[in-house]
Amino acid sequence: MTAAQQSPATSNPTHPLNVIVATDCGSTTTKAILIEKVGNEYRQTYRGEAPTTVEAPFEDVTRGVLNAIAEIEELSGRTILDGDRIITPNQASQGDPTRGVDIYVSTSSAGGGLQMMVTGVVQNMTGESAQRAALGAGAIVIDVLASNDGRLPYEKIERIRTMRPDMILMSGGTDGGAVTHVVEMAEYIAAAEPRPRFGSTYRLPLVYAGNKDAQPQVSKILGEKTALEFADNIRPVLERENLAPARNKIHDLFLEHVMQQAPGYKKLIEMAGAPIMPTPAAVGVIMETIAKREGINLIGVDIGGATTDVFSVFGGLFNRTVSANLGMSYSISNVLAEAGLDNIMRWVPFTIDEQTLRNRTKNKMVRPTTIPQSLDELQIEHAIAREALRLALIHHKSLATGLKGVQQERTISDVFEQRTSGKTLIDLLKLDLIVGSGGILSHAPRRIQSMLMMVDAYEPLGVTTLSVDSIFMMPHLGVLSTVNEQAATDVFVRDCMVYLGTCIAPIGLGKDGERCADYEIALPDGRIEKGTLAFGDLKLLSLTRDQQATVTLQPSKQVDLGEGPGQSFTRTVKGGVVGLLLDGRGRPLQLPTEQAARVAMLTKWYQAVGLYPAGSKWRIADG
Amino acid sequence: MAHSYTPGLTVTERTIVRRRRILPLPGSVLVQVGDAVRADTAVARAELPGKVVPLNLANQLGIAPDEINDYLVKKEKDSVQKDDVLAENKPFIKWFKTEIRSPITGTVESVSTITGQILLREPPRVLELRGYIDGTIADVHPEQGVTVETTCSLVQGIFGIGGETSGELVMGVKAPDQPLLPEQLNPSMKGKVVVGGAFLSAATMTRAKELGIVGLVVGGIHDKDLRALLGYDLGVAITGTEQVGFTLILTEGFGTIPMAPKTFALLSAHAGQKASISGATQIRAGVIRPEIIIPHSGPAAATKVAQAEREGIQFGDPVRIIRDPLFGKIGAVSGLPSELRAIPTESEVRVLEVRFPDGTTTVVPRANIEVIEGA
Repeated sequence: MTAAQQSPATSNPTHPLNVIVATDCGSTTTKAILIEKVGNEYRQTYRGEAPTTVEAPFEDVTRGVLNAIAEIEELSGRTILDGDRIITPNQASQGDPTRGVDIYVSTSSAGGGLQMMVTGVVQNMTGESAQRAALGAGAIVIDVLASNDGRLPYEKIERIRTMRPDMILMSGGTDGGAVTHVVEMAEYIAAAEPRPRFGSTYRLPLVYAGNKDAQPQVSKILGEKTALEFADNIRPVLERENLAPARNKIHDLFLEHVMQQAPGYKKLIEMAGAPIMPTPAAVGVIMETIAKREGINLIGVDIGGATTDVFSVFGGLFNRTVSANLGMSYSISNVLAEAGLDNIMRWVPFTIDEQTLRNRTKNKMVRPTTIPQSLDELQIEHAIAREALRLALIHHKSLATGLKGVQQERTISDVFEQRTSGKTLIDLLKLDLIVGSGGILSHAPRRIQSMLMMVDAYEPLGVTTLSVDSIFMMPHLGVLSTVNEQAATDVFVRDCMVYLGTCIAPIGLGKDGERCADYEIALPDGRIEKGTLAFGDLKLLSLTRDQQATVTLQPSKQVDLGEGPGQSFTRTVKGGVVGLLLDGRGRPLQLPTEQAARVAMLTKWYQAVGLYPAGSKWRIADG
Repeated sequence: MAHSYTPGLTVTERTIVRRRRILPLPGSVLVQVGDAVRADTAVARAELPGKVVPLNLANQLGIAPDEINDYLVKKEKDSVQKDDVLAENKPFIKWFKTEIRSPITGTVESVSTITGQILLREPPRVLELRGYIDGTIADVHPEQGVTVETTCSLVQGIFGIGGETSGELVMGVKAPDQPLLPEQLNPSMKGKVVVGGAFLSAATMTRAKELGIVGLVVGGIHDKDLRALLGYDLGVAITGTEQVGFTLILTEGFGTIPMAPKTFALLSAHAGQKASISGATQIRAGVIRPEIIIPHSGPAAATKVAQAEREGIQFGDPVRIIRDPLFGKIGAVSGLPSELRAIPTESEVRVLEVRFPDGTTTVVPRANIEVIEGA
């Protein structure tokens, strides 16, 4: 049982839940949604937002929450607040159904979220396991220290001293194994006397989830200097990872210590009818729920202003990573720095000089709330988003490797394989669904823009369905699902998930115009659409959300759709608000390096799917 | 409804600023409430724990960790001088004697019989916290620091690098749209804060460093010049600790952008006076903007300045457009339509109308302007 499931007395309300208000307190904005039971199903009805108020001059997160809820009050005509109090339960039984809500729930990533430092003995083994445990709990991992990380002891101590984490997770050693290295790390931590990021009067929470035989020594060394808690070893034996106990302990300490220090959170915890969850943990809950319910493999991405979170469920194994400095506003310059100018420019259907692009990107960084006003600015942001998504997936693949989740057995030979690199669990050919979230994807003026950004960044193989979160409510639904699964599921299916459609992408390369595959699509109205997909083609066919079609493809000799090169392939696919995208651009996707050819190619693709307003000119920016 | 506008940067002739000066760890406060302080006055002091140096004695002596107590010459909490013997073995043959000497002067922090390590700690380093601005101590936070208050002119920039410094304000150009060129800098500017106009180049920055100029305030620079100055590509706007020889403050943004006339006029009016500046910028959670504080003479408390509470954006507010294609243009709000409008990207957003000094108007998303705040 996770901390999120352990709830205060109010989390299992005796009254029925017909009206629910949920908030997500983000770094900049607090977003509130109202959910009401309409007939037998729950629907999201109103939405409000207000600036988050963790910082001065307010320094009270509940102020932003109340402002966001006040906006819902204004839009819905419902009375939810009585001064600074949320009226619960709803007063329907007293004859006034427009007064009050039955429960209030919230997630939070305000103040930079949960920032953790983790330690292990061997970097690629316990260090990585600790990292996965912390990431799975919704944390941002600010550093991974390990006995073999190449840093000298004094460098490690200096690093611990200069960091201000919210919490430390220590791991290392198998149960019954040698204690020396893990005790040595405890000595370094004690010598560094780490201080928490918020508040100078409380001790830094530290979870020890390493060799259980070292617990007495760790307790002696760190018991006085930190708020030390023990959890079961995350790597009790070399071949098995056991992350759940450490994750649960992190959630508990997050609520008990970290959140208590953040301004106004004591009040927020009292206001909420269920434990406050870190935003990424709540999104993770939703992702796991979808994958489990549908029995599918999925990748979810939440691309924000500062960070990009990637979630995956493959074969039932859940993983999450956060790319702390890949985002579309605060971190936009870092995307340019990490991806490089050429990688950004390869998606831009016009030419622009480097200096202009760099200055514009920096200006977005220092004024993160601005929005693209002209079409070329929008196209540049979409180009940068493709690279942020691509880099975050590369990061995710590197951590979502081999030994994952709870209780997975590995052989000794696998362990040695993991030591060198680790085999990623992400298999794009087995990927069923991509779920996109975050402003650039949820609020793209045309849904095809969201779809193509994800297709270009992830290069899905074979058949993949794509969707987006309509107005960013996955965190709200994640925490709500811990209280009322039906409400969360109803809203998720009807109001949150917008199915964009399905992408079919054959694997292989060929010359532009050469036959890639012949297709035959049996549409729901009985029509059969036949044609040839040539290399370099991008075709968009209409197939609405409530429609399915049976697609048969006969690829050319070297082309594979998952059944082997040249093998025929038949699959029933889902439609969506965009439709069915046939991607004959080849995999891996290759763009011309010569500028004029690249611009021509992009223009052809973008026009083929109506990516931007018709008649818009791919103008040459004058710099 | 929540107000949909970007909080602006303050440019004001007269205001009261209070700056918390807090030690990184508990220490002692050296001043009292009401004391007048200068920018370089030490207001609080703390002892930063010295560096820790670990030595694995067991490995070096070739013994088991649990035996090290038998070999120690120095015990926990003992003071040591550099090259003092920390541990030694006692072989039958003197030639085989091994002595482990201390690489530092300090104390023995701890000895571990599990790992065979000894941790040595260097003496604490005294950290003195300066006042940063000329003003009066308004509040004392015991063991933590103080709040300094001053009546001043205040200019907030959009982005800066480098830490706190102070110096006499000197104008390097005559108009806000002029670039600051290397030849406009001269040796008399050493130790001063130089104000440029629309732009300064890498060459100007190099010259400023050579001359010992402590601060540069300018409308904009090119990102490539920032990268050259720092030696790396700045990915996230969290700054203040860079050491590039001076503190740099941009008032407008990246590119060649004339300094807002109001900003330029204010700084010109105070040329010759002392300014405290900080380049520290943090755009994420807990916004910190770079600032130029020009304290006015006389006690702060005697002149209470009304701090206007903003109630969203209003007609006539001076605004700066902060996104292309009109980035950097300055005008006044002339229309606030409430309905959403479609913009060329096809997004439907809240907009406002801006009238420029030449009488022309334009419509921009509300998200793309910032109010130039301050009376």
